[in-house]
Amino acid sequence: MTILAENPGAVAVAVAEQAPAKLKRIALVAAKGTLDQAYPPLILATTAASLGWEAGIYFTFYGLDVIHKKRSRRLKVASLANPSGPVQLPNLLGAIPGATAAATAVMNKWMRDAKMPPVTEFIDMAQGLGVKFFACSTSMGVMRVAEKDLIDGCLIAGAAAFLDYAATADVQLFI
Amino acid sequence: MNDTIVVDETLDTSGLLCPLPVYKAGLILNRLETGKVLHLITTDPGSLEDIPALARQRGDQLLGLENKGTTQLFWLKKGPTQGDGKK
Repeated sequence: MTILAENPGAVAVAVAEQAPAKLKRIALVAAKGTLDQAYPPLILATTAASLGWEAGIYFTFYGLDVIHKKRSRRLKVASLANPSGPVQLPNLLGAIPGATAAATAVMNKWMRDAKMPPVTEFIDMAQGLGVKFFACSTSMGVMRVAEKDLIDGCLIAGAAAFLDYAATADVQLFI
Repeated sequence: MNDTIVVDETLDTSGLLCPLPVYKAGLILNRLETGKVLHLITTDPGSLEDIPALARQRGDQLLGLENKGTTQLFWLKKGPTQGDGKK
């Protein structure tokens, strides 16, 4: 502090020399909690981190299921009202018990056959590379999700904190 | 084509789709020293675009690329480490 008062220019130069090159940053919003929609934000964030970028995902509303300790292990995909789903049924049949389970089983098999890791493994991969996980505090309140329900390492925060992170991001996507 | 390149590490990602070749290559490049060479084998057709992008974004050097149809071969030279050491 004394140095700053005596010679502010020298301090500014020293700080500039020490500052590391700014890394690129991606800020993602994950708002969906179906099996198929859990993958894209995790794939993009893991890829970005592999490229040497900073990456953060804001999990909001149904997206919270992706970082929910129990629910992330049994995410589902429906055939009802899903014309692109893994099991293509008329909506009337998509409503019968077992239709969602069947579609989910098929998609999980697709993923296994393609050697794609399950969602929980992608979460570990992302966190291992330093991807930042934000858990939307409003969604937690609305959907009665407690901090202990979430996987470890999530930052519970509101929109302002995420926007603060996203404001300096080079890429921002809502998924 | 690449007889003269000295390879320090080889990674075969045959059968794996995006993002796994990039992810696994990134893990190795993170720990390789500057100037070391990773030989990467892929079968994901997207990797013809992805691996050059990986090198560009990370600041590593793509020394060579060979497209053998169903298989692609890459030689990546680790660039200077910067920032927080993640790269």
